[in-house]
Amino acid sequence: MSTVRAAESLLALSRQEELEDLPKDYPLSPSEDEGDIDGERKHQKLLEAISSLDGKNRWKLAERSEASLKVSEFNVTSEGSGEKLVLSDLLGPVKTSSSLAAVKKQLNRVRSKKTLELPLNNEEVERARTPLEHEVFNILHKNKQPVTDPLLTPVEKASLKAMSLEEAKMRRAELQRARALQSYYEARARREKKIKSKKYHKVLKKEKAKKALKDFEKLQKVNPTAALEELEKIEKARMMERMSLKHQNSGKWAKAKAIMAKYDLEARQAMQEQLARNKELTQKLQAASDSEEEKGSVEEEGELLVPDTVNEIQRDADGPNPWMLRNPFSGPKEAKVQDAEQLLEPVAHEASESKEEERPGAKEDILLNTFEERRALRKKSGLSQDAEPLRKQESEDSSSQEVLSELRALSQKLNKANQQSGKQNMTSLRTVLPVQREEPTEAEEEPLLMQRPERAHTMEELEELGKEGCFQNKEVPRPVVEGQQLERNPHNLPGAPKEKKRKEQMIDLQNLLTTKSPSVKSLAVPTTVEELEDEEERHQKQMIKEAFAGDDVIRDFLKEKREAVEASKPKDVDLTLPGWGEWGGVGLKPSAKKRRRFLIKAPEGPPRKDKNLPNVIINEKRNVHAAAHQVRVLPYPFTHHQQFERTIQTPIGSTWNTQRAFQKLTTPRVVTKPGHIIKPIKAEDVGYRSSSRSDLSVVQRNPKQLSTRHKKQLKKNSVN
Amino acid sequence: METASKPGRDVQPKKARLQTKKKKPRRYWEKEATLTAAGASPGPPRNKKRNRELRPQRPKNINLPKKSRIPGKPQFPKKPREQRNLEPQRNLSGAQDPFPGPAPIPEEVARKFRRIDKSKKLPHSKSKTRSRLEVAEAEEEEISIKAARSELLLAEEPGHLAFGGHRGHVATLDWVTKRLMCEINVMEAVRDIRFLHSEALFAVAQNRWLHIYDNQGIELHCIRRCDRVTRLEFLPFHFLLATASETGFLTYLDVSVGKIVAALNARAGRLDVMTKNPYNAVIHLGHSNGTVSLWSPAMKEPLAKILCHRGGVRAVAVDSTGTYMATSGLDHQLKIFDLRGMFQPLSARTLPQGAGHLAFSQRGLLAAGMSDVVNIWMGQGMASPPSLEQPYLTHRLSGHVHGLHFCPFEDVLGLGHSGGITSMLVPGAAEPNFDGLENNPYRSQKQRQEWEVKALLEKVPAELICLDPRALAEVDVISLEQEKKERIERLGYDPEAKAPFQPKPKQKGRSSTASLVKRRRKVMDKEHRDKVRQSLEQQPQKQEKKAKPLKARPSALDRFVR
Repeated sequence: MSTVRAAESLLALSRQEELEDLPKDYPLSPSEDEGDIDGERKHQKLLEAISSLDGKNRWKLAERSEASLKVSEFNVTSEGSGEKLVLSDLLGPVKTSSSLAAVKKQLNRVRSKKTLELPLNNEEVERARTPLEHEVFNILHKNKQPVTDPLLTPVEKASLKAMSLEEAKMRRAELQRARALQSYYEARARREKKIKSKKYHKVLKKEKAKKALKDFEKLQKVNPTAALEELEKIEKARMMERMSLKHQNSGKWAKAKAIMAKYDLEARQAMQEQLARNKELTQKLQAASDSEEEKGSVEEEGELLVPDTVNEIQRDADGPNPWMLRNPFSGPKEAKVQDAEQLLEPVAHEASESKEEERPGAKEDILLNTFEERRALRKKSGLSQDAEPLRKQESEDSSSQEVLSELRALSQKLNKANQQSGKQNMTSLRTVLPVQREEPTEAEEEPLLMQRPERAHTMEELEELGKEGCFQNKEVPRPVVEGQQLERNPHNLPGAPKEKKRKEQMIDLQNLLTTKSPSVKSLAVPTTVEELEDEEERHQKQMIKEAFAGDDVIRDFLKEKREAVEASKPKDVDLTLPGWGEWGGVGLKPSAKKRRRFLIKAPEGPPRKDKNLPNVIINEKRNVHAAAHQVRVLPYPFTHHQQFERTIQTPIGSTWNTQRAFQKLTTPRVVTKPGHIIKPIKAEDVGYRSSSRSDLSVVQRNPKQLSTRHKKQLKKNSVN
Repeated sequence: METASKPGRDVQPKKARLQTKKKKPRRYWEKEATLTAAGASPGPPRNKKRNRELRPQRPKNINLPKKSRIPGKPQFPKKPREQRNLEPQRNLSGAQDPFPGPAPIPEEVARKFRRIDKSKKLPHSKSKTRSRLEVAEAEEEEISIKAARSELLLAEEPGHLAFGGHRGHVATLDWVTKRLMCEINVMEAVRDIRFLHSEALFAVAQNRWLHIYDNQGIELHCIRRCDRVTRLEFLPFHFLLATASETGFLTYLDVSVGKIVAALNARAGRLDVMTKNPYNAVIHLGHSNGTVSLWSPAMKEPLAKILCHRGGVRAVAVDSTGTYMATSGLDHQLKIFDLRGMFQPLSARTLPQGAGHLAFSQRGLLAAGMSDVVNIWMGQGMASPPSLEQPYLTHRLSGHVHGLHFCPFEDVLGLGHSGGITSMLVPGAAEPNFDGLENNPYRSQKQRQEWEVKALLEKVPAELICLDPRALAEVDVISLEQEKKERIERLGYDPEAKAPFQPKPKQKGRSSTASLVKRRRKVMDKEHRDKVRQSLEQQPQKQEKKAKPLKARPSALDRFVR
């Protein structure tokens, strides 16, 4: 019995020895350099084991299976280590854990890589083994060709470097020059600023202005686009001035000057100057454009600035809002009154097309007036005739086309008159006509037509305009049903108010199907049809109506839909038992109260997809066969199915992807190179460098607590 | 100047070697800046020193030692490097690439290939989940850009033409070369004719049965289970031949195994208007009550029913992207529907005599045959519906149109009419490029055979046909919840439920039972409050609605109003 025990203990001992041998391989292990102590320990153990053979000291033996004794934090012994227990030894690992954490992090990074290419350390790949390889490497080295990866050869690099230096020099020289120039300029400006003579400054200013004007003229001749840009700049300055009102008499300085102005001539002058500057800045510039050249033989004397009053007249003549007008003396008064009348009239409150012309005289005005009235009348009649919006649009189309044809005739007359009167106007006012001003939108009449018609002066332009109008009018009426438009609205504007959604539901199916759609105007009409299109259409519609008078397609469909909705609703469960707790018998019904009590109401399902689509029935049943192919378990890190869906939404097959993408998507997790030894991972392989140092650093941080073991290790290191 | 390899060059010390390994492989056209950056990476100082000696690109070793001794040396050499980073890349020859980097991809094109809808907000996720999601999103973006760069063309149609006459004349020919492949007379009225997965096989719907012939005109099969077939459609990815019969049945025949997958009763009388949606392989049937129904072999009922016309439906066509459906009915209207969920008409036109036949081309041109006139409409752009305002082309034929079909990859429209067959040039109708790997119109017999095997291996099961073909990438929520419920029942508790808050006992006599209860109550109340707040946040919209209809403020004088 005891011999068996002893044998067991011996076995355990040997096992322990193995265990102790194991950490020797580990470079950081302290037991490495303590061979003698180890030997002693072993010897001790052996003695113990032998002494235990007699059966007395059996309890002394610590078996490996009962590790708790050794591991327990409450019973730390230095047994086996062969030396005294030091507190710092126990605390040591807690401190070094920081470096371990770093390694762990790196390892995690390696693990989280999508594909891991092994061996990590591919140094042996490039090592030349065969004589042929050696030869090749030698040749490469002789030519200083980069071996590992196509790097630059030293010569190439040198050339690149040289280039960079030259560049840098050049650049520095440039910078120096620029700095010098700037300083010269600054010095000069300072000197000039110091000159106190007012006359000098005045002259200087005038000279500058003159020069600027001259330059501008030159620029206009040479490069009109640049001139335009310049003009724009001036315009911008004007705008800024108007916004900021910098040069008005409202500033602090201006107020002070205003008080002084009564007594001081200079202050007064300064005020005037300021105001003049304001005026100058806020004046609108008018550039002579091509359109006037053909019209006006009245080319101006190159004056660029126009007095304010002229501007006001122009604005008046075609301004969008007659209420904004101030100066009555410009145009003929009647026209204005008419304008006002037009605005008051509820029917003809669309901006008139007559405004496309200028108002040269009374004659045209009268003509236009009558024309306007006729239009309004026609419009009214059109409105009363058909209530349907689409029809209305059609009629509008036709009417607008008529209008345009009339316009064309009118424009011929106007044009002649225009030219004469225009001449007079121009000469009298001594102005440049503005660049073609845009007309007010005809918003009321054609809400969809967002383009502003331009003012037309010549025959050609007017005709063009007519064409455009036709074209646009054709484009505009889209055969879209009202309801549908409403419905598509929320999709366009995600933030649309909910009121509209309400309206969505009220799409009338009748409306959807019966609205008239414009007929196709095709060049070739099928030969069997020879009547006029409209008549034919009407005829056909009648026929269709007759043909389908009996079977009301829409009602049938709605009925079908209702049934489908009913069928898809979850059913309530009725658990009432007639006669239970009540009088029994034939023909007795359970009371309503009881029925209510035993009725289990089914939960309301999600809203149907076709809830707002009157013309559609969408089947809500589940496709069980397809569901069998779907994923029904959420994998680990995901907590919601939407999260997981997002990761599987991209197909990885080559049918949907390019070859490269497919390859990338399907690379295996670990790639190994055939024929290469894969060594255990090392800290250096994963980009972790400071492992050797960190070990030292820990020790150096608290040198006082160094144990003897550490000291020994340190010594050893230094020797190495 | 550096000399040729020193003796110690080949066998570098290990650590130094490791250092050089760490930098990423650099091509000779790449900037030098990256290299210097790699060299500056942190490492043990002594290693660095040794490293420098070994590395050939060190300025000291190169042939301008004098220049590098300019007074301003320490900070000087850095500047140009930084500047070069911004500059376009430079070749060895000194020439610069005026358009450095890969060519930019237009946003819309890339969007076409995007799969993940980022506008949808996900529920809050843990950091681990988030990192996974980020990876997936980045992958998707990269892949979509790659796909956009090569513009995957997935149109797959054989470029052959088969036609059958009313008196039983059947012929197939190569559409481009006009080479006759076979010509037979089946001695029976031919209702419809359709190629199967390759031009070697075609199905003919004859007066009585459905027959299948090969490219030499030899009858291979006579399928008696499909009788009185009026219309045929072939779904190439599923290897399904869909037949619509006079008896009102829609039958799906799997041609790879010769089995009938599903026979569905449409319950709408005679079926003679049918088309397929190439995007999701759903069959559209037109009925005499003005509805169009959408079918899949997996469901006994139609997936959707759309009321399109007041009269019966005469023709239906779906464009190649599966976005638009054109229908024409007995009410002489031609309508274009949006198939993306809403099934609403986008535009409608009344045609003089109504269109009897409709066909979409690969690029979305719509052809309509109206008795003896053919009209073709074109859309504004690639992905827009054809605008019906003005026809793009109009052509008059010598007889009534009986069939329309666009030739794939050729700007040709084939017209069958009572006078024969006319091919009409329609500029811009077809896709100009083909994906040679997927479908090559010029493939040899060998290639075709290989393709056939591959296609059979990739056959999509018939039950996967549904309105949204990407539904497969969704989780089956219903069974997921069902399983969860079952699990909870089985275990008796919810393993994924959040554990109720249990306050930790505190030291120094603070951990009385009352205080523990108090703390627990506090946390519970907070959760409850959060919940209430959330529900309140949703409510005010409703309240606002209620508040709106109220009139203006009541005035004191209202009491006198009678």
